[in-house]
Amino acid sequence: MQAQRGRSALALLGAAALASFTIASAQAQQDPIKIGLLEDQTGEIAIFTLPKVRGTILAVEEINAAGGILGRQIELIDYDPQFDNAKFQEFARRLLQKDKVDVLFAGATSASREAVRPIANRFDALYFYTNQYEGGVCDANVVATGAVPEQQFSPLIPWMMERFGGRVYTIAADYNFGQISAEWTRVLVEEGGGEIVGEELIPLGVSQFGQTIQNMQKAKPDWIMALTVGASQDSFFEQAHAAKLGIPMASSIRIALGFEHKRFAPPALQNMYVTANWFEEIDRDVANAFKARWRERWPDETYINQMGHNAYAGIYLYKKLAETAGTTDKDAIREVIAGGDACIDAPEGRMCVDPKSQHLSHTITLLSVNEDHSIKIHEKWDKIEPYWLASVGCDLTVKDHNDQYTPSYLPE
Amino acid sequence: MDLLAEVFSFVFQAADVFAFLVLAASGLAIIFGMMGIINLAHGEFIMCGAYVTVISVQLGIPLPVAILCGALAAGLIGIALERTIIHRLYARPLDSIVATWGISLIVTQGMLLAVGSTWPGIGTPAGSFIVGEYTYASYRLVLIGSAIAVLVLIYCVFMKTRYGVFARATMQQPEMARALGVRTPMVYSVTFGIGAALAGLTGGLFAPTMTLIPMMGMTFIVEAFVTVVVGGADVLLGTAPAAIVLGVIKAALTAWYGQLFGQIGLLITVVIVIRVLPEGITGWLTRRRV
Repeated sequence: MQAQRGRSALALLGAAALASFTIASAQAQQDPIKIGLLEDQTGEIAIFTLPKVRGTILAVEEINAAGGILGRQIELIDYDPQFDNAKFQEFARRLLQKDKVDVLFAGATSASREAVRPIANRFDALYFYTNQYEGGVCDANVVATGAVPEQQFSPLIPWMMERFGGRVYTIAADYNFGQISAEWTRVLVEEGGGEIVGEELIPLGVSQFGQTIQNMQKAKPDWIMALTVGASQDSFFEQAHAAKLGIPMASSIRIALGFEHKRFAPPALQNMYVTANWFEEIDRDVANAFKARWRERWPDETYINQMGHNAYAGIYLYKKLAETAGTTDKDAIREVIAGGDACIDAPEGRMCVDPKSQHLSHTITLLSVNEDHSIKIHEKWDKIEPYWLASVGCDLTVKDHNDQYTPSYLPE
Repeated sequence: MDLLAEVFSFVFQAADVFAFLVLAASGLAIIFGMMGIINLAHGEFIMCGAYVTVISVQLGIPLPVAILCGALAAGLIGIALERTIIHRLYARPLDSIVATWGISLIVTQGMLLAVGSTWPGIGTPAGSFIVGEYTYASYRLVLIGSAIAVLVLIYCVFMKTRYGVFARATMQQPEMARALGVRTPMVYSVTFGIGAALAGLTGGLFAPTMTLIPMMGMTFIVEAFVTVVVGGADVLLGTAPAAIVLGVIKAALTAWYGQLFGQIGLLITVVIVIRVLPEGITGWLTRRRV
């Protein structure tokens, strides 16, 4: 009896502490806001996508501790699609139909995004895709928060051509991301007066690159655009280094996504040049505070990659949009976006949603890898707009295109 | 000189593919050819060899010894697996596929939980050489040499040793072999162990050149099966010539049209071979001999 009373007193004390800590507990009765998350936690790319799960959890915990969204707590519902596009679809349906989530965050690869997108359309749900990608998705249901080619390739390719020359060899993973990114590389290199001296699409899962390395030595490019994807294809760098290829490389996904400089023995990644909106090496106050919070929550993290950052920032963007709209209703949120000044201060810097394409402006950093795999930062561009989609005619405030465009496939 | 460099480049790359195919397939071919077991956990033995090798090197053991440790570890695990699970499935080839596939899933996901999704690499041993305008990693020569050594070793073990005679007798006429005093369960265990050890050796040899992840066996398995299907049941009469043919086809197509066509060429070859030579190169050669 004594013990029981003691325990209930303790519980009361705990509740009191909680109440004073979070304003939201007064509204604890109110239904939580449900966020659905689908990210690969197992499978070939899990090393890169697990930080997305952790970034999302971190943001949700922070927001809940500070009172939630619109005074409502967030309930995170996540499933592991296991790097299987069929499972992405199955779980997306489950989240929207059975769990009735208010918003869906899903997918790292473009293949998984294109698997989920039609389902988000059918349920007319709000879908956040937080990865950097090959660009071009013009879809009213989708808010694409990652960087796109005009933000990564447009600064990177002219910079590389000026420094190393105009002869370029592209290797890219053989699926929509690699194919369209290779097309962007072709367009931008040729615009700059350069020449593509070789282009190789590599099936996913290939791990042996002897002949490819030889093909490169034969073509003698000034630099290589390396858009390989997945752990098997990553073996390319080790093999190229062992064969003394010694050609500078550029990429939109190395280091920022795959932290190869932490995973490979130096100097395999030497002379790799990358543009992205986030690297853990970015040394600015907001970024440093974010890194400290992350490391406190997840002390064993190898590298806080761009996927982790974008997932974290994506939740805060949703909070901002929902609170400005005063509701989680999709159409109300889209009206806020259409208003044109939906911005948040993310760890990378300020980012704003472009109303026409529902993509984000980004602060882009260009860096390269030194021989000992330390990082050298070369340039920083503030607030690069995702201008390409609007420039070719995508305007979601007028019409839902529900399509993905590329330089060779434009809106009519 | 230029022409010579081109010829050397082609031969080297064909030999490089040959080495990959022989090393990837030999363990699988022994287990399939001798025992009729289709081992879908083959890639996981390769992964095991790679992890043991890399961890041994990181503990300070020299690479060649570490690779042998990898092979030994895979071999011992193979024998243990044969004793506990595989030996129940000799008369049930379809069940053995499901069982080994299950083992493969358990092992990859178990590794993911136990050691995490990635492991730091050890880097390829230094050294490269130049022929014409091309540079090559010297370590690739080690791989090519190892593939040939493995074939010689298999020949010696199965054709020149007492165990080899027992093994062939057991595979051809198990009842008769048993009647003559051969301890056939032991022969099965050892044969499975040799197959697993060869897979481990392959993992160890390729470990310095690759990214270490629990699913790394997957990148070997398609090529391994392609080689075994084209080659047929016999390692020496099948796997080796199949690896030569496929090596030349893949290197040539990759040189001309890139990796994608190399891969397509490999798979088209299998389709044709299944149609024309259902028992693979082995069947064709044995029929000619008869």
